[in-house]
Amino acid sequence: MDDRSPTRRLGKNPVAVAAAALLLLVAAATIFGPLFLPPSSAEPSALSFSPPTLAHPFGTDLNGRDVLLRVLTGGRISLLVGFCGALVSLFIGTSYGLIAGYAGGRIDSFMMRIVDILYSVPRLIFILICINAFSAYLQEFASARGWTWLVSSSRIAILIFSLGIIEWLTLARIVRGQTLALKSRAFVTAAVGLGQSHRVILLRHLLPNLLGVILIYLTLTIPAVIIDESFLSFLGVGVQAPAASWGSLLADGAGALNPVRIRWWLVVYPAGAMALTLLALNFLGDGLRDALDPRNAGK
Amino acid sequence: MIVFLIRRLAALVVVLFCVVTITFFLMRIAPGGPFDAERKLTPAIEKQLLAKYKLDGPLHQQYLDYLRDLLRGDLRDSIKYRNRSVAEILAQTLPVTITLGAVAFVLAVAGGVTLGVMAAAGKGTWRDTLAMLFALSAISLPAFIIGPILILVFSLWLKWLPVGGWGYPAAIILPALTLAAPYVAYIARLLRGSMIETLGHDFVRTARAKGVSERVVLYKHALRVAILPVVSFLGPLAAHLLTGSIVVETIFHIPGAGGFFVNSILNRDGFLLGGVVIVYCAMLVLFNLAVDVLYTLLDRRIRLDG
Repeated sequence: MDDRSPTRRLGKNPVAVAAAALLLLVAAATIFGPLFLPPSSAEPSALSFSPPTLAHPFGTDLNGRDVLLRVLTGGRISLLVGFCGALVSLFIGTSYGLIAGYAGGRIDSFMMRIVDILYSVPRLIFILICINAFSAYLQEFASARGWTWLVSSSRIAILIFSLGIIEWLTLARIVRGQTLALKSRAFVTAAVGLGQSHRVILLRHLLPNLLGVILIYLTLTIPAVIIDESFLSFLGVGVQAPAASWGSLLADGAGALNPVRIRWWLVVYPAGAMALTLLALNFLGDGLRDALDPRNAGK
Repeated sequence: MIVFLIRRLAALVVVLFCVVTITFFLMRIAPGGPFDAERKLTPAIEKQLLAKYKLDGPLHQQYLDYLRDLLRGDLRDSIKYRNRSVAEILAQTLPVTITLGAVAFVLAVAGGVTLGVMAAAGKGTWRDTLAMLFALSAISLPAFIIGPILILVFSLWLKWLPVGGWGYPAAIILPALTLAAPYVAYIARLLRGSMIETLGHDFVRTARAKGVSERVVLYKHALRVAILPVVSFLGPLAAHLLTGSIVVETIFHIPGAGGFFVNSILNRDGFLLGGVVIVYCAMLVLFNLAVDVLYTLLDRRIRLDG
């Protein structure tokens, strides 16, 4: 590998490497961490609002549940929704941008005008309304077919899809711009000249050249979706109790803040876990962008 | 210009019509009704209630009735907050939300521009690095992390500022900061990029060669050109602030429209929701219109033809 390779350049960026390591750590902790905690810590107990102790390093909440376990399992849901939601938005954004950029002309300007309009609409507000309207439907639909797995996770499924639907705009713009630039390159002209179908040109010639950009925006969309999910959960419309995500934990913590008894552990630990994850994702995304930027080659 | 304004105002009507329609049907298609949360009602009482709030009859009839009322300027009564009209609730809560949003808006633009110019002027120095590090952190963290932490530090530990509430100047500081922080950062990053590009142009070199002071070059010559991407972000910014204020109002117990918005969804209070959404969208569309006009005033190369 020479110095121009993006992986090498990423490896030389200490912030990005640290961020990637931190992310792996957080993911491993949320997946495997709960297995090491005593199963009783998930159950409500009489020990309400205990400050951090040796038995409960992060303290306990109103119902005497262990906050460490709640932060870890909440992180599981936040990360799951973030990752899957980002994949959905990736699919929509890439296809939309590819089609707009490849079609060009009127179709392109019409499609991009829609993106412009959606940009200045408070999308989350409509998603709030939609989730509320459709989640009961999905639940009925799933239980009518005996899909028990979907009944229990219908709320999460609907969160993933609705958040994927709102976070694709930036990616669509970027992919469209790149497609426009790639379209005029010789290898695309050659493919057209050889009489290859649109499908082959789009998937075989254009898409592979866009993978770098898509990877960058995947790392930047995951935190955006995590934030959106927590926003909804914070307001009580996302993940429903007793399940928790970082957003709903923070809502509990913020609700318990009062000048008489400072229950700081209910705020600091969920906020800390979430902040670390979001910062790591954004710093990694930024590092990736620098590493894959051809203008930085050879630096 | 006049044709442009007329066209955009016509578009406003279309947007509001779509918004009303979507909200109305989304609220009505979901199973269950606005009176579900209450004690079991006898069919007769439920029928009466439905009639009182004009929720009886076929759906399309209800919809047309609602549109007709809206055209007369009647936002109807809230279903949950008995004996209060939607217009009344909005008149009480909107000024609060708008004040909070306006303060945050000014903070975001002023802070973002200062930080962005500072970073661009000192490109590559520690000031630039520090500003961009701060910006990336602030962008990464949402209001519901920043807000409770600010309360914890400044209200509970240091006891400098109130925990929440509304009505005196000190109460607005933390909420406005919480709301503005990510956008200070976003604007700073946006401006840094376009400023660095602008500073490479010939007219900047000419100005410097003429001996114009660096301050005037930055803030008068270069900023006027470099600010354009920021100006086009102002429309989305307003939308973000409006959405963000819902959370910030919840965190700081501010009696704004955001709380009523969330409750109206959870309570299935369709007319209150409709009222809030209509006002929100109208404000955003009008604001975007103002931004477009401002854009042309700054950049004479663009003409508004519609």
